[in-house]
Amino acid sequence: MWKFLLPFAVFVALAVLFAFGLNPKRDIHALPSPLIGKAAPSFSLTDVMDPNRAVSNAAFKGQVYIVNVWGTWCEACRQEHEALLGIARQQVVPIIGLVYMDQRDNAKEWLEQLGNPYTAVAFDTDGRTAIDWGVYGAPETFLVDGQGRVIYKFISPMTPEVWQREFLPRIAAARRAGA
Amino acid sequence: MNSKLPLLAVVLAVCLSAGVPARALDANGQLEDPVLQARYERITKDLRCLVCQNESIADSNVELASDLRRQVREMLSAGQSDDAIFDFMTDRYGEFVRFNPPLEPKTLLIWGAPFLVLVLGVVIIFRIVRRRSRMPLDDEPAPGPL
Repeated sequence: MWKFLLPFAVFVALAVLFAFGLNPKRDIHALPSPLIGKAAPSFSLTDVMDPNRAVSNAAFKGQVYIVNVWGTWCEACRQEHEALLGIARQQVVPIIGLVYMDQRDNAKEWLEQLGNPYTAVAFDTDGRTAIDWGVYGAPETFLVDGQGRVIYKFISPMTPEVWQREFLPRIAAARRAGA
Repeated sequence: MNSKLPLLAVVLAVCLSAGVPARALDANGQLEDPVLQARYERITKDLRCLVCQNESIADSNVELASDLRRQVREMLSAGQSDDAIFDFMTDRYGEFVRFNPPLEPKTLLIWGAPFLVLVLGVVIIFRIVRRRSRMPLDDEPAPGPL
């Protein structure tokens, strides 16, 4: 009896494993962030548009905000830019931009040409802030709650659908919890 | 015979050079203290470059890897322990950043799996051998007049 069942059980186990492991929708490069639930790393950098102006996430303390990591070298960032502009128009939360592995002038030009969805854009000169946030590519988008904790990280270009499905409910929940 | 020599030379050159370039990635040169340099090499070999996920930061030439190497170098020079450096990395990038995850309850399966498979294999072989040894020896020539 179990001579017959064992191969069958092995087959089912492998089928389940492959269905999960080979799922084309699963991004194998998207890693879970150990930062989730922890305090957002603080940073104090200069503004992309004005090197004499400081941008610090401490200024957004007490608010729900998002941090969007991007660079002009990043094709996917260009893809998501339209979505970010749309999100900015909704004025739901402040969007802090973090320019990663880039030149200040390139970033400036990009914002002047494509529009600026950011409440503030910080320029990560030497990649240290990115390391603190566990950034390993772009675009990456973090959601920080009113207590200053990272509650969500999205790795991939932002879209209106992702914003609706993943961000808005979490923002609403964070505000309820914080109120 | 002679016509194969140039090809052989090329193959040899490629094979021999494969082990060399790892150190050439560091623009800043070696750490002054050879002990620190040895630790630096060991640590950077155990840290995964998250951009090209099967390479270590010692071997990768992407910018993130060079930023992380700088971080390791600075922490070593500041007198930090290996554990402190690994903790720094796993706090930010998760356990996946290490090629050698520490032995913990949640990594038990990773470390135990090879032994599990070994035991399973031994059990299966043992059962097959025992069953066969009970079978009649039917491949021997049948006794009879020659």
